[in-house]
Amino acid sequence: MIEIRNLSKRFDSNIVLNDVSFQVNDANLVVVLGPSGTGKSVLLKSMLGLLPVDSGEVLFDGKPIQSASEREIYEIRKQVGFVFQGTALFDSMNVADNIALPLREHTLLSSKQVKERLCNLLEVVGMADKSHLYPQSLSGGMKRLVAIARALALNPKYLFYDEPTTGLDPLMTDRVVALIKELKKSQSNSGIVVTHDLETAKAVGDEIYMLKKGRIRRLARIEKESYD
Amino acid sequence: MNLFRFIGEFSSFFFRSIFIRWELRQTRYRIIRQVYEVGINSLPIILTVAAFVGLVSIVQTSYQVAGTMPRYILGATVSRMVMIELGPILTALMVSGRCASSMAAEIGTMRVTEQLDALEIMAIDPYRFLNLPRIVGMFIALPVLTVIAEFDALAVSGAYAHYFLDVPFGVFNYGLTHFFFTRDFFGGLFKSLFFSVVIATSGCYFGFKVKGGAREVGRAATYAVVTASLLVLVVDFLVALVIFG
Repeated sequence: MIEIRNLSKRFDSNIVLNDVSFQVNDANLVVVLGPSGTGKSVLLKSMLGLLPVDSGEVLFDGKPIQSASEREIYEIRKQVGFVFQGTALFDSMNVADNIALPLREHTLLSSKQVKERLCNLLEVVGMADKSHLYPQSLSGGMKRLVAIARALALNPKYLFYDEPTTGLDPLMTDRVVALIKELKKSQSNSGIVVTHDLETAKAVGDEIYMLKKGRIRRLARIEKESYD
Repeated sequence: MNLFRFIGEFSSFFFRSIFIRWELRQTRYRIIRQVYEVGINSLPIILTVAAFVGLVSIVQTSYQVAGTMPRYILGATVSRMVMIELGPILTALMVSGRCASSMAAEIGTMRVTEQLDALEIMAIDPYRFLNLPRIVGMFIALPVLTVIAEFDALAVSGAYAHYFLDVPFGVFNYGLTHFFFTRDFFGGLFKSLFFSVVIATSGCYFGFKVKGGAREVGRAATYAVVTASLLVLVVDFLVALVIFG
């Protein structure tokens, strides 16, 4: 379980997160909805200790990340798969090496075992024939699928998606949404999806929160008026 | 004040990059790759520059001593010039122009495209993943390049003396070997170890510091080369003071 307690973050006079509190229960996918520029990505990065917060804390299974040592933070992060909005794939590596990197860094798997796991992950995201390609020769949607495969490499307990469907065509959006739902069902991950897209939020979320003007509130149901 | 702050940040960046768990099982391939990047890929330009260094040295030395000193002095003077100063410093300056900028641009681009954040989130220390192989790779490759450049410069200057200045190889070689001091050779090599540290650290440091977009990446590449070149000259003076002063 992830608990976010009274998280506040400002950039100069701009208050991005103001006393934000919520929790992500096990096997639950929480959607944080909000218009562009409201600080959804800042929320995710603050939760993982990538950005320092002004106050508040985030607990992963009771362990606070803000006061953890560097080694403890890395241990917590090993339980998290993160899909970046811009995918953040390593452009000096091909698809296979991108996905295999966490396995080579954090496990003692043999080359054969890494290859097997890699094939499995590529099958899951439907990119089995693209392993030799470099990110620059992939479409935006394909990059997103590779990023999801990389996030899954270490069998993480939590999956964080930062705008997983932004900029994708309708077909690819459906594919990514279906994959997120399928992963939740098959792997029972908990996670957070931040998005500004109402349809994605409706499709994948067990619980939905709205982040606006630094404040977060839970929505009983999503309507277009939620944005207003 | 800013200068002291820079020195502090630069030094701590270097120590943070080196004094960590090396985890050689994962890091060794990246070190080998950097040795290849710096060493093999810089070889053509280094050989070309070293050849011209040898030519300029022999022509100017000949101009200064012709008719006033024995001809073997050419071998002695050129070899000491090349080993003490010209070989190490020109190799370092060429490598800093070629490698510090590319390191800063590569890491800077990784910063603006969130690839460094991705490393952090995957619990991979970017200092170990990016800086350590670059610094160690440069530390291995630059002294080797320096020795190759020195041999190249001396061979070319010897050939020029033989064919154009009427100084037989034997006479040139006599000057070179009889006035050879191991301190000259190892002093130059010792300098190149320090040069490797400042060049690689500059490239990584300015890459890590990038905030913004393409313009800042370009700026980082420029800062990296300028700083690396300047630090090479400063270190050259300090090490010369200790060894030869």
